[in-house]
Amino acid sequence: MARIFAYIGHRNGIVDDSAMELFAAARKIDPAASPTALVTGWGASLDTICDALRTTFPEVWKIASENLAYPNAELIRKALMKVLPAGSIVLVPHDHFGIDLAPGLSIKLNTAFVSDILDVTERFGTALTVVRQEFGGQVSAHVRCNLSSGAVITVRPGAFKPSSSAPLAGVVVDKSSEVGPLAAGRRYLQTVVAEAGEVDITKHNVLVSIGRGIQEKDNVGIAQELADVLGAAVSCSRPVVDAKWLEKSRQVGSSGKTVKPKVYLACGISGAFQHLAGIKGNPFIIAINKNPKAPIFQVADIGIVDDILEFLPEVTNKIREMQSISAK
Amino acid sequence: MEILVCARRVPDTSENEISLNSTGNDIERDELVYSVNEPDNYAVEEALQIVARGGGKVTVVTVGGEDDEEILRREMAMGATHGVLISDAAFAGSDGRGIATILKGFVAKGNYELVLTGVQAEDGAAQVGGMLAAMLDYPFASLVNSIEILDGKKLKISREIEGGNREISEIDLPCVLSIQTGINEPRYVGMRGIRAVASVPIATPDAAELAVDPGSVGKVGATVTRVDYFMPALGKGAEMLSGSREENIDKVLELMAAKGGLK
Repeated sequence: MARIFAYIGHRNGIVDDSAMELFAAARKIDPAASPTALVTGWGASLDTICDALRTTFPEVWKIASENLAYPNAELIRKALMKVLPAGSIVLVPHDHFGIDLAPGLSIKLNTAFVSDILDVTERFGTALTVVRQEFGGQVSAHVRCNLSSGAVITVRPGAFKPSSSAPLAGVVVDKSSEVGPLAAGRRYLQTVVAEAGEVDITKHNVLVSIGRGIQEKDNVGIAQELADVLGAAVSCSRPVVDAKWLEKSRQVGSSGKTVKPKVYLACGISGAFQHLAGIKGNPFIIAINKNPKAPIFQVADIGIVDDILEFLPEVTNKIREMQSISAK
Repeated sequence: MEILVCARRVPDTSENEISLNSTGNDIERDELVYSVNEPDNYAVEEALQIVARGGGKVTVVTVGGEDDEEILRREMAMGATHGVLISDAAFAGSDGRGIATILKGFVAKGNYELVLTGVQAEDGAAQVGGMLAAMLDYPFASLVNSIEILDGKKLKISREIEGGNREISEIDLPCVLSIQTGINEPRYVGMRGIRAVASVPIATPDAAELAVDPGSVGKVGATVTRVDYFMPALGKGAEMLSGSREENIDKVLELMAAKGGLK
């Protein structure tokens, strides 16, 4: 069985949550695997990261270089090419960095590539079967991958549950000298932090969250009216921002805000994993969607198959009635 | 600037409920509404806007068969100069690497300074753009949500990263960028616009013309294959309310009150 590597992301001296998940995925591919951590970066924080990883991974390969201080996928690909043995299996988190790095890495390593896997179901020799999702999570697929010349595999964040085991006393192997000078056709300049919007959806206990099912900009008012009677805020999923119906600061998801409400009304939201990644703190989720197969119904507490454009105004009216009765 | 946009025709998930066919080896395709993959459409719009500012030509290319011609017509109606349908029986069953290999053959025949793809297809893996760039030894960036032309040799781009933040970089031309939705507002195309380009010729190069080795693509070249489709496990799953609308609303309000969602 080929050697398995896990590319470990980190920021501000803290190891990404994906590290333990990649370890779990490696063990699922090969229960006998001793996966090796690959870490790139620069400065004192890199040593902190390597030390932290040593308790999980028997071996940690460290690549320190001043121009790897910011994770530039092209530079990191070139660095990995210098150190990875032929036929390796390389696991990378399926996030904005993994999407940048992994496909090109598979070409340069001349290996198979599978992206965004949720599970590993079986392996016979070099034939590995994994689970992926397609069509926004509406269907799953078994995908077979030929590992005979190695593979690059991106792993969906949160899909593999880390197992707890006794801390190891792994070793850090410094590979920096094997890498040499690096240059790239793409150069990082700066990070622009998202602007704060007029409404801070992260501060609300109740969110009326709308998706593509709201259909047009003029209908956003339907959600706003319900939010007003609830003292809630209106948030949304990606298509609503793409269509410019609401500002980016209202978007819940991995490329938007992370929210922790008590109650989350998912209205006309399909429930793509990028959206669900932004909902934390285990809120009570009520999902309303016309499509009974919408993935949101897999994670919601309560589901209703209905048209939000008719359902929401009736909820608003009902609450108004209740409020006027209690005011009398 | 000469810009190539790689596009695909896919079932539109916003319009369709996806279900399995009777044998489970494919989704049920008979009733599906197909359209151009959404991020690809944003990529075409972005290319058109770049050309409108600084001149040039936009070519839209897809790998497929007769059915796929309709998306080329649609993007030509938006304003793309050329549509190209790369088609060969040897391409059937290609994996992502196969598609990238075919596109590389096409790029090598032209003189494109910028190659755009959508970030991901509905049934795809966000892979072809990055693979194509690596094959061509061009720089690559994924999840691009703005493009500014600095001069004839480089671009300033931003990528969508976590939390709505944006990563700003400079990138040398020629390069490959995968375009994220929301980068612009794609123009509307009506039936009249599509009819206007109905008779514009579409080139249909094959494997021989692009010097693509048939053994490196298609089913024979694939290292990754889909075995079957299945419906995902429902997790714990929602408790589905199946009463009348009025009963459902009462139940929702009762539960919201219990969970602290009603004042």
